[in-house]
Amino acid sequence: MIGLQGIVRQDGRKGIRNVVCVVYLVECAHHVARLVVSKSQSDRVHLIGFPGCYPNDYSLRIMSQLTTHPNVGGVLLISLGCEGFNREALEATIRDSGRPVETLVIQSEGGTRRTVDAGLDRVRSLLEATENPELVPMGIDELVVGTICGGSDGTSGITANPAVGRCFDRLVAEHATCIFEETGELIGCEEIMSARAATPELATEINSAMAKAANYYAAMGYGSFAPGNAEGGLTTQEEKSMGAYSKSGSSRISGLIKPGDVPPSGGLFLLDVVPDGEPQFGFPNISDNAEIVELISSGCHLILFTTGRGSVVGSAISPVIKICANPETYDRMADDMDINAGKIIAGTASVGEVGNEIYDSVITIARGSESTSEALGHQEFLLTYKRFDAIGPACLPQR
Amino acid sequence: MKIALMTATTNPIIHLHPDDNIAVCTRALSLGQSIEVGSTQITLSESVEVGHKIACQSIGPGDRIIKYGAPIGSATMAIAAGDHVHLHNMKSDYIPSHTRQARHGGGGSKT
Repeated sequence: MIGLQGIVRQDGRKGIRNVVCVVYLVECAHHVARLVVSKSQSDRVHLIGFPGCYPNDYSLRIMSQLTTHPNVGGVLLISLGCEGFNREALEATIRDSGRPVETLVIQSEGGTRRTVDAGLDRVRSLLEATENPELVPMGIDELVVGTICGGSDGTSGITANPAVGRCFDRLVAEHATCIFEETGELIGCEEIMSARAATPELATEINSAMAKAANYYAAMGYGSFAPGNAEGGLTTQEEKSMGAYSKSGSSRISGLIKPGDVPPSGGLFLLDVVPDGEPQFGFPNISDNAEIVELISSGCHLILFTTGRGSVVGSAISPVIKICANPETYDRMADDMDINAGKIIAGTASVGEVGNEIYDSVITIARGSESTSEALGHQEFLLTYKRFDAIGPACLPQR
Repeated sequence: MKIALMTATTNPIIHLHPDDNIAVCTRALSLGQSIEVGSTQITLSESVEVGHKIACQSIGPGDRIIKYGAPIGSATMAIAAGDHVHLHNMKSDYIPSHTRQARHGGGGSKT
């Protein structure tokens, strides 16, 4: 196996991409930021942002983690001028991380045209400043890989998800960091999951997080269950959960983290994405891309996305590898898929063989090959209002 | 949790765990088609699509539906071997499921 290479950042973490982020700090600056990104005509320039005007600790924290993610080389912030987002704090965090950063305020620049012109100028300098970075050897143990399922059906839990589980087992054995998520999509698996916790105290924390998710969904009156799930043969939340759970593989669970927490070591970690406190601000998981953004904010270099019904999404900042569970979906949407796990039910490959294929794809794409969604230009991004309390000491027993 | 996967080249269903009272279709199956679960022969009482579940034994009202060796909900009526098992004859023990058209057991409909 040929080793990985990465771009070393000031905090010691290594990136497998070298993205320049253009960030709108309120919806009112979104169009200007989008114009800057599209006029830059560079695949390396990604658009991210936060729509709300009202300030929110979570969005500031996640944005700070994203703009200092190892896959990010430089940042342009675009503010309207009157929104609540703390642009000075964000700019300081990015500058302290050793990255070039610029801020443009639309109201001070003099409107759309002037800000777009100035923005293009800044992006060109950021691209130049981050060009041809030095690549250094990177170990598998420095890689952070997340997983999510979207558009699940009755095949997801018997093909793509257990195959990702095998890939995770192999990565964890090589001391990589693997993150699975969405406690709300694991309702029904509490007992078998907490039995895998590294310590009894961590098991208690996992059970509390699961109770919080169940309570949140009960208060909202919704599970994490979309109409397409039922059309694809899934009947209940707990059935979908068991299928989703198999993505985690069989390794010991080393910790429970919340969005923006970067795992301190290799191992398997559960990301709790259900907000703390009284249910508010709508759904805990408004869509797959909101969860992908949270995985990336916790340091994921790459995302393994399993789908049965067929999803097309990618993400800003980190490549998304799509693993199609359903052979019929694969036939219809092969152009959007990286891996055909439907081979497992067609009888032409085993779960282990597809797991190895996913592992090889992780290595190839970490080395710079484009994933299908990257090649198609998918750079979806979604960050919404949420609230989290800090994790307790029992959540990371190895630290 | 260990999932034993049988290859589906000859048999168009997967019985994921020995404790399961349902099997998952790996090909679209039609009414009247006969399939094998272990040593038992069952005949489909309706057509069933890929990824959907069929009962591989008779299941009483209120009985747990078992998949992956774990409960995934309960039967809301008597289910015969060979029946499609879905929203019409089982429910979650945690939270209602939603479809585009209808509410199942209260709550809202997610669109």
